[in-house]
Amino acid sequence: MSRGAQHPPAGLPGLDPRFSRLVRVPSRSGAQHEWHLLDNAHVLAESGVEPQGTILCVHGNPTWSYLWRGLVAAATRQALAGGPAWRVVAVDQLEMGFSERTGRMRRLADRVADLGELTDALGLGGPVVTLGHDWGGVISLGWAVDHPELVAGVMALNTAVHQPGDARIPAPLRLALARPVLETGTRRTTAFLDTTLRLAHPPLPREVRSAYSTPYASADRRRGIRDFVADIPVDESHPSHAELERIAEGVRELEVPALFVWGPRDPIFGDRYLADLTRRMPHADVHRVEGAGHLVAEDADYAEIVLRWLEGRLSHPARAVSKPAPTNDHPPLWSMLDSLRDSDAAALVEMAPRRAPGPRSVSWRLLARRVDEIASGLVAHGVRRGDRVSVLVPAGADLTAVLYACLRIGAVVVVADAGLGVAALSRAVRGAWPDHVIGIERALVAAQVLGWPGQRFSTRRLATPVARALGVTASLTELADVGRRDLRLPTEPGPGDPAAILFTSGSTGPPKGVAYTHGQLSALAALLRDRYEIAPGDGLVAGFAPFALLGPALGATSVTPDMDVTAPSTLTAVAVAEAAAAARARVVFASPAALTNVLATAERLRPENHAALAEVTTLLSAGAPLSPRLLERVARLMPAASVHTPYGMTEGLLLTDVTLEGIREAEGSGEGVCVGVPAASARVLISALDERGRATGEPSNAPGVTGEIVASAPHLKDHYDRLWATQAASEADVTDSRSGERWHRTGDVGHLDAQGRLWVEGRLPHVIVTDGAVLTPVGIEQRAEAVPGIRRAAAVGVGPRGTQQLVIVAETEPAVRGPRLADAQLAGRLRAATRLPLAAVLLVPLLPTDIRHNSKIDRGALAEWASAVLAGGRLKRPARGRPA
Amino acid sequence: MRVLVTGASGALGGDVARLLLGSGHEVRTLQRRPSGVEGAEDVLGSVTDAAARERACAGVDAVVHLAAKVSMAGPLAEFEATNVAGTAELLAAARRGGATRFVHVSSPSVAHSGDPIMGEGAGPADPERAHGPYARTKARGELLALAADAPGFAVVAVRPHLVWGPGDTQLIGRIVERARRGTLPLLGSGAALIDTTYRDNAASALVAALDRAEAAHGRAFVVTNGEPRTIAELFEGICRAAGVRPPRWRVPASAAYGAGAAVEALWSFRPGADEPPMTRFLAEQLSTAHWFDQRETRAALAWEPAVSIDEGLERLAESFRRA
Repeated sequence: MSRGAQHPPAGLPGLDPRFSRLVRVPSRSGAQHEWHLLDNAHVLAESGVEPQGTILCVHGNPTWSYLWRGLVAAATRQALAGGPAWRVVAVDQLEMGFSERTGRMRRLADRVADLGELTDALGLGGPVVTLGHDWGGVISLGWAVDHPELVAGVMALNTAVHQPGDARIPAPLRLALARPVLETGTRRTTAFLDTTLRLAHPPLPREVRSAYSTPYASADRRRGIRDFVADIPVDESHPSHAELERIAEGVRELEVPALFVWGPRDPIFGDRYLADLTRRMPHADVHRVEGAGHLVAEDADYAEIVLRWLEGRLSHPARAVSKPAPTNDHPPLWSMLDSLRDSDAAALVEMAPRRAPGPRSVSWRLLARRVDEIASGLVAHGVRRGDRVSVLVPAGADLTAVLYACLRIGAVVVVADAGLGVAALSRAVRGAWPDHVIGIERALVAAQVLGWPGQRFSTRRLATPVARALGVTASLTELADVGRRDLRLPTEPGPGDPAAILFTSGSTGPPKGVAYTHGQLSALAALLRDRYEIAPGDGLVAGFAPFALLGPALGATSVTPDMDVTAPSTLTAVAVAEAAAAARARVVFASPAALTNVLATAERLRPENHAALAEVTTLLSAGAPLSPRLLERVARLMPAASVHTPYGMTEGLLLTDVTLEGIREAEGSGEGVCVGVPAASARVLISALDERGRATGEPSNAPGVTGEIVASAPHLKDHYDRLWATQAASEADVTDSRSGERWHRTGDVGHLDAQGRLWVEGRLPHVIVTDGAVLTPVGIEQRAEAVPGIRRAAAVGVGPRGTQQLVIVAETEPAVRGPRLADAQLAGRLRAATRLPLAAVLLVPLLPTDIRHNSKIDRGALAEWASAVLAGGRLKRPARGRPA
Repeated sequence: MRVLVTGASGALGGDVARLLLGSGHEVRTLQRRPSGVEGAEDVLGSVTDAAARERACAGVDAVVHLAAKVSMAGPLAEFEATNVAGTAELLAAARRGGATRFVHVSSPSVAHSGDPIMGEGAGPADPERAHGPYARTKARGELLALAADAPGFAVVAVRPHLVWGPGDTQLIGRIVERARRGTLPLLGSGAALIDTTYRDNAASALVAALDRAEAAHGRAFVVTNGEPRTIAELFEGICRAAGVRPPRWRVPASAAYGAGAAVEALWSFRPGADEPPMTRFLAEQLSTAHWFDQRETRAALAWEPAVSIDEGLERLAESFRRA
């Protein structure tokens, strides 16, 4: 092989040879070096497209510009289609890929300077947005630091500019750096190359792996890989340490928009490096792709994210303007705690406190003092405003005290439901990358085992060896002791400050962190107060955590019934009645799973229990829809209660509300499930579906139009945490950048009727687009369920959108023993009932549902299953729903 | 218009000839046996027979070419002679005879390599990957036909999928006969989703292709009812229509029990016997999904199937009652 640069061979998958070019660059040493790069400039020029700027892409070790083939292609397509036009220049660094082998060891400073010489030779004018991966991230950021006059933005995939002092170099790199391993692993053999290429999720196709290896076929051509590894500054004595420090400090001064797209499953550049980068560039946008790893460029559609971000942040700079200052319409969440701090009335009642006979009451006086003490203790232990505190504490007095203490000092509470299961919970906590963790012992063990970050606090005082083993700094008691000795509270956070990150249940994908500000949570409390007429002093049975935690903000006495709070289905009728009696509660919040068990255990109610339930005036069934039939039975247990069921989601906890009477009145008059009219401060519009089943319509309140439900409310989420692209998609074409009015695409489909009531017809991804019709599932399912013998039905589409076939998958009464096809007669009856050309009717013993709510049918999984069966595969059982 | 229909002694060819006569066209036919189409001018002979071919093509305005060797048995040379060379010669003869439109009747199997088809359009014919001599030679024939498309000579390829209806001795006859004897086999799980074409719809689609040849020329279109059903439900419907007991479908017990395995054993052809295409090729068709995106076909041919599957089954039942 020659030493000079070459064109890659033809036929590498995804690589268009039109973009390859060789460039001779005069070097500071006086010599000339030849580079291979991908560059779409002439393709754009041939079509007369003038780019608005350049994306300068720099690969890491041991890849080459092939890494960026998707972006070059996507940017070119977008430009030629009349969209924003970006020139993309993706280099092969010297000694790497198909660029020249100069025979010299190039250190970090050389590489940053090399890149500068190349951009000089290309005559790159501004604006330039850099994009780097791995050590290419460092080099591209170094270039950005050195070219402030050209740089308009910086982007990076998994990379690092600094080795945090408390962490060692990642084990795989330590191994690679050991001298004998270095030579053998990186140059003499293809071990390092092969290992890196095996980091993709899912694995790379063989042809793609082979394409990455093409320029590194001989030991001689792999010299650059070895030198790159050897150049990793392991400590301060390393020759490249100073340059790395220079870049790490330099990026702090970068004020241009920044984006990090991150694959967390990376054994080298893990989340801690992302945390370091965002500390240096707090203004940076982050999009973390759950499930993706080091080769996030292969694992995820980074090109779409990057182009979308460029459009949002650079093409329309006006949109980058921050939201208008929030107005403080509602008192802060701790205001009732403050005003009732001299009251001996009960703030909290625990019916079954841990390790103590119940019920146990906590007065407002005690709670307020406890909150202040813990808050001061946290401050004394270095918890600062804006720090993230992951709270892994079961519902009860400790949780309430911790939450209000964190809120009061402006720390951001990260709350994920233990019901998610350990794996999802761990992904959630790591994703939020907390600075501190407060948890029960079991949670702290998980934190240690699973390597969650953050300073640890325990709820209970642990034996010294245990505390040491779990890395616990202090217990709540110790925090409170410290706080009591030196009670010093910082200034209160404002309504626009971040307050909480709540994780979604994950029934619609991996759990997402949803960020709320203080003002948004205060608005939610105010809405609950007004909607359900909760006055200070009222008793509140807290069977649904998200709303229950707001009890102290409303001045209500919150009663935690005797139940396993992580398993709502353990709530019994007697437990509800006893909780209601303990605080003479008028209001009961409960989840559908809890209410189902309440009904199942109703025969155990004694006369005094019935008397207590008769005092309840408001019952709220929140979390998922409950069938009117079950609601009727619940209503009979609480004869004086007005039974409400709200519509909402983690991103907007209460958007509409309907009473049982309202449901009865609406029954049969529309397609789907009636969820009532928008709650006081919420607004609901419909973005109509087009003929391809996409929600492209201008949001409108026109009755009878089916589309995606979009909502706005003062208590709507602020944004998704570290999911820039998800957030952008959730407000695309709905949030008004001028007024700052925040709207959210719910992902649900439905319509409004002439009375302004909202009807939910299913989830947007479950919309079925046949040749000639756009169908929503819920109404079809209701009609199918009216056929005798059908217990529960799911309507799914198989085949490509636009020509999908409609399939019904149903549970029967009596249940079938194994999955099978319905006979022609039953299929015929279902065709008649649905008035639709069903391609097939499949019968199963049990429809897959999400485990947590046990009510939402997992239509996505079911469609995949039906598709495989109807392709001619075996008729095996559908998999159980995803853990949610 | 004077139209030559080749293969008019077959059920579909006869239907097409009658439809054309019904709309006032003059019809000539070319096949070895009398077509039995009243009002048509029969030329007896094979498309491989030069003299018959020239006679049949003389002075026609259009050709609908259905004649083909559809058997599984026989030497490859015979398939090539009819489906490849015969088609090429007929194209040339049609041009010489003055035809300006040519509808080439093909099969979805020309673009099929054995994987399930779920909602795909008409991919390009692929003689390398198509299965068996029939599909391979039909693929080559279709490529030749589309290559002959030229100004003044509009060629359209139409691929009807699994045509059935009253009087059909191939698909329907076989199913009913075996069901009657109790030997209709299990077909994997019976859950493969299959597109079929009721015979009247196939005929009207071919006539539509002739009408729309000027606009739709140079392309291939799959034609079906656009109402896929599971093979189990189709067989059950056909058996009920014929008044015989439908087969009982059973889920194969072992994972190794491939969907097509049982079918192949039971539907296998006997070498040497010139069987209609109820064979390995058809077995494969019946044990994996085969349904198609019909949007382009319907738009380009300005055609919709007039008879639904359920209506077709009614008519089938009616025909059995009369028989």
